[in-house]
Amino acid sequence: MNLDFSDAENTFRAEVRAFVREKLPPAIRDKVANGLHLTRDEHVFWQRTLHARGWGGPGWPKAFGGPGWSPVEQYIFEEECALGGAPRPIPFGMKMVAPVIMAFGNQAQQERFLPKILAAEEWWCQGYSEPGAGSDLASLRTRAVRRGDQYLVNGQKTWNTLGQHADWIFCLVRTDPEAKAQRGISFLLIDMKSPGVTVRPIITLDGAHEVNEIWFEDVAVPVENRVGEENQGWTCAKFLLGHERSNIAGIGIAKRELARAKRIAAAETKRGKPLLSDPLFAARLAEIEIDLMALEITNLRVLSAEAENKAPGPEASILKIKGTELQQSISELILQAVGPYALPFGGAAPGPAHAANRAAQYLNLRKLSIYGGSNEIQKNILAQMILEL
Amino acid sequence: MDFSFTEEQQLLEDTVRRFVARDYAFGKRRAIRDSAGGWSREAWQALADLGLLALNVPEEHGGLGAGPVDTMLALNALGPGLLLEPYLASAVVATALLRECPQQAGLLAQMAAGARIVVLAHEETETRGDPYRVATLCRPDGADFLLDGRKCVVAHAAAADFLIVSARLEDDLALFLVPRDAAGLSLDSYPTLDGTRAAEVHLAGVRLPATARLAAGLAALERARDIGLAALCAEAVGIMKAAIDATADYLRTRRQFGQPIGRFQALQHRAADMLLHYEQAKSMSYLAAMRCTSKDAAERRRALSAAKVLTGRAARFIGQQAVQLHGGMGMTDELVVSHWFKRLTAIEIEFGDSDTHLQQFIEASAFN
Repeated sequence: MNLDFSDAENTFRAEVRAFVREKLPPAIRDKVANGLHLTRDEHVFWQRTLHARGWGGPGWPKAFGGPGWSPVEQYIFEEECALGGAPRPIPFGMKMVAPVIMAFGNQAQQERFLPKILAAEEWWCQGYSEPGAGSDLASLRTRAVRRGDQYLVNGQKTWNTLGQHADWIFCLVRTDPEAKAQRGISFLLIDMKSPGVTVRPIITLDGAHEVNEIWFEDVAVPVENRVGEENQGWTCAKFLLGHERSNIAGIGIAKRELARAKRIAAAETKRGKPLLSDPLFAARLAEIEIDLMALEITNLRVLSAEAENKAPGPEASILKIKGTELQQSISELILQAVGPYALPFGGAAPGPAHAANRAAQYLNLRKLSIYGGSNEIQKNILAQMILEL
Repeated sequence: MDFSFTEEQQLLEDTVRRFVARDYAFGKRRAIRDSAGGWSREAWQALADLGLLALNVPEEHGGLGAGPVDTMLALNALGPGLLLEPYLASAVVATALLRECPQQAGLLAQMAAGARIVVLAHEETETRGDPYRVATLCRPDGADFLLDGRKCVVAHAAAADFLIVSARLEDDLALFLVPRDAAGLSLDSYPTLDGTRAAEVHLAGVRLPATARLAAGLAALERARDIGLAALCAEAVGIMKAAIDATADYLRTRRQFGQPIGRFQALQHRAADMLLHYEQAKSMSYLAAMRCTSKDAAERRRALSAAKVLTGRAARFIGQQAVQLHGGMGMTDELVVSHWFKRLTAIEIEFGDSDTHLQQFIEASAFN
């Protein structure tokens, strides 16, 4: 047993760190550091910068233009990008639909879609949740009816992240209304410019436009845009959920934010002394840091099991729960650290620079324990798959 | 980065698990607990015969010279057995301390063979959270030393052949190897909440030759205690796993309202929370094992104290919830679950409680 990274891994880490430091524009880094929403162009710029270096698809095999990294190398890459303040990769193309196309798509689909994902020439979004189908995803009702070599799609998707920027959406649609739950679902790739697609913003509690409702009215989708067999879409969906959870612990982001919490607490004062030396505050900070130390090792343990060619298993739920709880705890700690200047919201920011936008970020991060399978659903998975209850 | 264990290490773990299953079943343990001494020399000899007492003894003194990872695996497997013998106290902590003392080679060989038991008698009422606050006094008297003082809640003191006693010698803290039957040394023995025995150790003018003073000092004591702390975390993790397995088993078999109670989501989520605590504690026991011998004092302090804080929290949660999810049965003396709970409770208190280590972690991290 050995908990240290190898020399080669440390060299790789240094290489990624130097690259991020050199290539990431300070303007983007500062926006990430302040929890501000990035523009489409900023995301695209960074993805193209990575792609030019051959790092566009960290989890991708070489056959599809990825670097062919091990899970540990991917982990190091994501951690260094996060620590360096790089934008979090938009997962919908690169981490979600791409692995599905690689695993279940035909050659034409792979050649048509994968290179444009890598080069950020096409932006993808996700059409999974519906007003009546959240945690119970299989109860979705968006219909796709076959008409010759097309499907006609009708229905509504919701909680669609950044669909306002998207060129394409991957959707779960019901192709057999008679079949039970999971059995009559297909996986379709839909051009967002298709007539009949309407995107309506949902404004969230932080005042941001990050998610949307998407309406489909008689949207024509060529049959060739179906991935996998008709009515076998649930297989793709399950596969995708497994991939979505890998690297979900967000260790790099948590480390970066914890360091921010310390900087803020060192600058703020309470009773005339740095907040960081306040015993109650220090204790809360220490508890979080200790939990993060443990989660880092737990994450590496799961990756190491994955490296032995086991797909991400139910253990990924542990990472999702603990990782999101930690990121939320840190945002809570930061909110507490900035004190009364956490209150000004949506107008002037009269406090110190480090206080601006902290409340919005705290509010925004409540999403973490809800999306990607709520933490309660993850606990169901742990109870049923690992504890066999 | 490697989370695998060598074939030898896996064999060691299997050996210990077999020992617990065959020679230390719950009924057997109960009989040992209720015996006069509260521990079994026969079981101790069995541990010696398996080579487990030699694990931490250097090879040149007839031991196996194994490291903290082997110790972790051994304690992990011993944990569920709730050993009443001073394995951690003698075969880990005292052994780790004595192997820093070149003149104690003979004693180490005897300990490896199971012929001698040595335990640490360091803590006093004032040492809580600060190992320097030792009031026990050592006075030079010609070529001899005289010890006076009182050591608190010394685990397994009555089972020991020797106690390693810390005492103030001028401005220094010195360690002495004291025979348990030395004149002026008396014990008030009592059972503790986990079924083991401990004692108040009274030292009244105990006369020792100069050779009784160990070459090791407080720094070595701290190193040995950290090696013990890592082993304690591993023991806790072993018990947590057993408690979770037993609880899940109970949830699958106990029926109420016409179905196994494990179908109820409130109980499923509680069990999932136990699993989350366990996985995090397991990770920290790895960290503790890998860092307990680190030369970097601040890194060692941070890792070991972090491990104890998290293990303490996990031990409390899992112990309490194992009882809760077993319902009334969890409250009984008859089920091993309540005994695991009691040992987990004791572990949270031993070697510095969670708050103590949280403070040490903060100090070592230089937050202020």
